Amino acid sequence: MEDSLLIGGRALNNRLFIGTGKFPNKTIIPEVIKESQSQVVTMALRRVDFDSEQENVLNYIPKSCILLPNTSGARNADEAVRIARIARAAGCGNWIKIEVISDNKYLLPDNYETIKATEILVKEGFVVLPYMSPDLMVAKKLQDVGAAAVMPLGAPIGTNRGLKTKELIRILIEEIEVPIVVDAGIGKPSEAAEAMEMGAAAVLVNTAIATAGDPVLMAGAFNLAVQAGRKAYLAKTGRTKYYAEASSPLTGFLTYEEAI
Amino acid sequence: MSFYECYNAYKDFDFNKFWRELTPQDIAGILTKDNISVWEYLALLSETAESLLEDMAKKAHKLTRQHFGPTILLYTPLYLSNYCVNRCSYCGYNAANKIRRKTLTIQEVEQEAQAISSQGLRHILILTGESKYHAPLDYIMDCIHVLRKYFSSISIEIYPLDTEEYRQVIAAGVDGLTIYQEVYDEGVYDDIHLSGPKKNYRFRLEAPERACEAKMRSVNIGALLGLNDWRKEAFFTGLHAKYLQDRYLDTEISVSVPRLRPHAGSFQPNAKVTDKNVVQYMLALRLFMPRLGITVSTRERAEFRDNILRLGVTKMSAGSCTKVGGHTLEEAGEEQFAVSDTRSVEEIRVMLLQNGYDPVFKDWHPLTEDVIKGEENAGGNCAENF
Repeated sequence: MEDSLLIGGRALNNRLFIGTGKFPNKTIIPEVIKESQSQVVTMALRRVDFDSEQENVLNYIPKSCILLPNTSGARNADEAVRIARIARAAGCGNWIKIEVISDNKYLLPDNYETIKATEILVKEGFVVLPYMSPDLMVAKKLQDVGAAAVMPLGAPIGTNRGLKTKELIRILIEEIEVPIVVDAGIGKPSEAAEAMEMGAAAVLVNTAIATAGDPVLMAGAFNLAVQAGRKAYLAKTGRTKYYAEASSPLTGFLTYEEAI
Repeated sequence: MSFYECYNAYKDFDFNKFWRELTPQDIAGILTKDNISVWEYLALLSETAESLLEDMAKKAHKLTRQHFGPTILLYTPLYLSNYCVNRCSYCGYNAANKIRRKTLTIQEVEQEAQAISSQGLRHILILTGESKYHAPLDYIMDCIHVLRKYFSSISIEIYPLDTEEYRQVIAAGVDGLTIYQEVYDEGVYDDIHLSGPKKNYRFRLEAPERACEAKMRSVNIGALLGLNDWRKEAFFTGLHAKYLQDRYLDTEISVSVPRLRPHAGSFQPNAKVTDKNVVQYMLALRLFMPRLGITVSTRERAEFRDNILRLGVTKMSAGSCTKVGGHTLEEAGEEQFAVSDTRSVEEIRVMLLQNGYDPVFKDWHPLTEDVIKGEENAGGNCAENF
């Protein structure tokens, strides 16, 4: 069955996006990407050193992947826009993940500035994926100004606390037409599967893989979990009930009788 | 309200009585909490807490991994001038010390910048002694202009400026400020700063706030350990960092934990600060402020620096030289203090990788229009690499 995710005119067969921060050694990144089977890889442009062969993270990302530079470090819309322009000018393509964070304590996104940056960059031809605190009205505005997907957080960045914002994400999944990519907070493959079962279009995982005891093995686990969650969503999970229901109902014979 | 009022609210507190009444059970209880109050931070700095140092270390390690991953940002200092008009009893640059003084010419700054950047470093910290005559702001701006060609992040550790001056240096390309209060105890501060503008305790104390108001991206503060009871100084440093982090959400706050080092002059530390003390200070800071940057310089021994990697540190200097022009010039000025970890940048890089850490050479990219133009003119480096 064909089940690709369409973002910015690109069809993706894998719904796990991964990040490149927090790895103990960049040389492990190609293996992680291979094992995750991810087609979209995000990296903080502020960390990319174009002049250094050894330190340039781009040298460790396979050419087949879609680069998703992020605007990490931007404190307002203006800075996010500038970082996006630098990324594109440097040849990193036109996909951009907007991260506007002006709170260094919890690293929560500034939704208002995120909308402003998204609007500007969409008009400039970027495929914009904004990272945001899950809020229906904000997601609608992001969609209205042309975001290619919206990326609500499951929990604050790097916390591995899981889907703490589950109920709000569920509303976004129900109400928003562009793909919902759950970003930040997912700490375990089971949580990624849960997000996918709910109907998320994809998940982005960095810390949970990068800081795992065996990042390569964990990348594979996440790949399988995302696939399992997606299949479960497509299969339409059974209803949740408060009381047990026998698989051979006591009154089943009545239906049988009517059918004869 | 400034941090000075905050300092005044605590300065007469009976710290020793508070610490004496603590039990190991009190400390163990604090270690179960996610959010730690100012009083609990003070408790973690007590002698009683020393018995739970390993538990503190495990939690600090976990928190650091969670928030920063196994990464260490590397930077190096570049000394522009060692002229100073202050007489600080603990400093080699003391105006009364008969040392070889020098201010780099702009050509020499470029020569030093080339040598440092060739080692891969993209973060630089420029330092001067406190002499506005020998290193005026215009001179520092000229240096910044040259350094921007070689470094993506420029921090300053110079005499305190007013808010408008901080705005000027930020506009010129500076994104970080390091300014140490040296000692928070106002009485001790007055005693050891014998003369010069640095005697103005409050102007120095409030410099980080002025920089934050001017929208500095990162501000690094600290007390120079050895000038006073380290536990009290650690408390006020943490209090100061918390004050800044709570009020200036968009500035990244970090703390350095420098100890007095041998230098020109005869000053002896007022208080002994052991390795164990520094470790306890770092751990307490991490538990109190999980997202705080913690900087450890080459003042510390190589072996000690290797061992504290997993205890909360997020930034390290590498390949340091505290002499003006010490990287390339034969006629270098005298050093501010003796460097302890003399390993090269490459040696530090290898050490970090061997310990499972990613050495981060670049963590910021200037956002001025000419930089964007520069990337365009470069014809898309990213695409070539990719």
